[in-house]
Amino acid sequence: MSVKIDKREVGGVTVVDLSGRLTLGDASAQLRQTLHELLDQGKKKIVLNLGQVGYIDSSGLGELVSGFTTVKNKGGMLKLANLTDKVNDLLTITKLYTVFEIHNDENTAVQSFS
Amino acid sequence: MDKPPRRVELTLESRIESVDLGEELTRSVAGSVGFDEGEQYKISMAVRECLINALEHGNRGDRRKPIGLHFALHPDRLEVEVHDQGPGFNLAAVPDPRQDEHLLKTSGRGLFLVRCFVDELAVKCGCNGGASVKLTKRYSSNNRGSVGSNSEKEKRS
Ligand SMILES: Nc1ncnc2c1ncn2[C@@H]1O[C@H](COP(=O)(O)OP(=O)(O)OP(=O)(O)O)[C@@H](O)[C@H]1O
Ligand SMILES: [Mg+2]
Repeated sequence: MSVKIDKREVGGVTVVDLSGRLTLGDASAQLRQTLHELLDQGKKKIVLNLGQVGYIDSSGLGELVSGFTTVKNKGGMLKLANLTDKVNDLLTITKLYTVFEIHNDENTAVQSFS
Repeated sequence: MDKPPRRVELTLESRIESVDLGEELTRSVAGSVGFDEGEQYKISMAVRECLINALEHGNRGDRRKPIGLHFALHPDRLEVEVHDQGPGFNLAAVPDPRQDEHLLKTSGRGLFLVRCFVDELAVKCGCNGGASVKLTKRYSSNNRGSVGSNSEKEKRS
């Protein structure tokens, strides 16, 4: 499996830890399913901790955008934290950093919801 | 003066595993001609995107249709071609995903990344059908680990 996904609750916010490669296929599908599950449970404050994600392809980027829109349409918010250099570069060149709220670390991301 | 390139040519099945395999092979080939890790990442990601496109848009997931992955190792550059059996497309018509109206789209970033990560990108549509996307990455002083004359020596030692 190219990506591993774990969920935690931190002060009313769901932190989703991803590790591995967020790429076409299983990884993108897993992220989508995780977000749908959270929304079904009414969890709408979500931080994606990307600290262990060193690789994303165009499909993974698309999945992030899709997740952002889906959560937002349900009245929630999806924020990103802990970007590795490669992922930060990808969001910069694609201008997606203007779409997402991005935090340097998990704590600030969680606190930004309160 | 341009001596003939060394060539490595592979045929891949149209399936997701081929995309990962092609990406890994590209990383190895790029490493073997001396590109540093950062450049290996860029070239292999660019090839990955072209392989995904060949699979999804070109061959439309039809496993019977092969994808060609051809490397030409020139003294001054690495060329990689990805061939599929599809109708081809017009590169000039592919929009810039950074424009406001495209920013929230969930696709349309692959070729943009390719452009960012290689020196040249060209698309040919074969007269007998099939598209071919050619990527060129030049060895330059800033991406050069031990390219060219050194690489042969190093491999032997
Ligand atoms: N090999 C190909 N054969 C036919 N059409 C292609 C091919 N490669 C790209 N295209 C066309 O160019 C468009 C842009 O490709 P690009 O890779 O940038 O985005 P995408 O594949 O649609 O989405 P993403 O790569 O972000 O997942 C595609 O939607 C498709 O119409
Ligand atoms: Mg694509």
